[in-house]
Amino acid sequence: MRITLDQDRCCGAGTCVMTAPEVFDQRDDGIAILLDPNPPTQLATSVRDAAARCPAAAIRVEAR
Amino acid sequence: MNTALRRVIVVGASAAGLAAAETLRREGYHGRLTLLGEEPHLPYDRPPLSKQILAGDWQPTASALRGPDDYARLDLDLRPGRRAVALDPDQRAVRLDDGTSLDYDGLIITTGVTPRRLPTGHDLDGVHVLRTLDDALRLRRHLLRRPTLAVVGGGFTGAEVAATARTLGLETTLICQGPSPLAERLGPHLGRMVARLHTDHGVRLRTGVRVTSLIGSHGQVTGLQLTDDSLVEADAVVVAIGSTPATDWLRGSGLRIGDGVLCDAYCQAAPGVYAAGDVARWYHPRLGGTLRLEHRTNAAEQAIAAARNLLGAHEPYAPLPYFWSDQYDARIQAYGTCAADAKIEVVHGDPEERSFVALYRTQDRVTGALGWNSPRALRSHLTALTRPDPAAQAG
Repeated sequence: MRITLDQDRCCGAGTCVMTAPEVFDQRDDGIAILLDPNPPTQLATSVRDAAARCPAAAIRVEAR
Repeated sequence: MNTALRRVIVVGASAAGLAAAETLRREGYHGRLTLLGEEPHLPYDRPPLSKQILAGDWQPTASALRGPDDYARLDLDLRPGRRAVALDPDQRAVRLDDGTSLDYDGLIITTGVTPRRLPTGHDLDGVHVLRTLDDALRLRRHLLRRPTLAVVGGGFTGAEVAATARTLGLETTLICQGPSPLAERLGPHLGRMVARLHTDHGVRLRTGVRVTSLIGSHGQVTGLQLTDDSLVEADAVVVAIGSTPATDWLRGSGLRIGDGVLCDAYCQAAPGVYAAGDVARWYHPRLGGTLRLEHRTNAAEQAIAAARNLLGAHEPYAPLPYFWSDQYDARIQAYGTCAADAKIEVVHGDPEERSFVALYRTQDRVTGALGWNSPRALRSHLTALTRPDPAAQAG
């Protein structure tokens, strides 16, 4: 699984941090940070959930 | 999973409709999946319309929610520019504006809302509403001609359009019915801060007044007459006075309509029929009443819930409402309910520094949390909101 995060799109809602805290964090201004672009398979569900819930469509998940 | 499903239609191809379609596939639904969208565009995101798109910071294409590859992978019968005009829940069929009908065994309604208009005057040149990408591009073309702008309505759309226009350097008047912009949403205290934010940036603020009529000359708008008999001159007007659920096409369907498609706690409106996003009014089990939210995060989250329930998950939808608004350098974010009569308690930062977190208390219960340029700190205060409420549990 490969994750990409478009920080220019990010609106700082923090939905990803609450959904998949192992993979995402947030800067002080709210913009999301990608902690792990290749997270382990057991996190796949929560990462896909974070991408689906992102209100700025800033997260892309590609299966590999 | 409900394996009897073979034909699912999602009516409405914006954030909620797309999230519903993606969830169905993600959860293993392999049948026919039709996504109908009234607009000619592929699904795009609306929050940037009043900000990045209107300001010209983003190209219009940047508002697209997904790329062409994503739609191919979804194996979607995606029909932009195709409108549903009637529903027959007994025959389980949707009639389209090209005269054809589509049958279904699962239907998700995500038709959103339509902007409310003033009773007259919208036929004048220079009068705008803002809901669609085409609306935003039309307004942007007009703003590039440097008009004097009046924005009618102090909700999110009105306040954000005023902020974008001032950032572009336009003379801007913001007219709101309440004591300040966003007063209805954030209460009087925070509303005053929003008012100051706008006046500090040079917006002329007219509060406690309504528009009685739009005035024009030779078919072009020239100003607005207000309820206090004053006149505001403007050659561009944005009317942002709220919106109404897009349920006209459901008239005669037998679905219960009442400020939205009425749904139970599972987002179900009728057997096999679900609704999500701006158009859905559903029973929120924890709040003990019905609710309709016009928030971007709710569009996706409710669509995910509705799609899962269509597949048989049977999970009540009880979200913590969330919204945000970006105006100038202020990022305002709020969770829960920010009631006008609630007591405000600043728990982090300093309002004078324009970076703080405030909790909204009603009868010793925290019902809402608002962050102003404090996203991380706001998140750390969410436990105050999500703490189980003994009274609600007993009920």
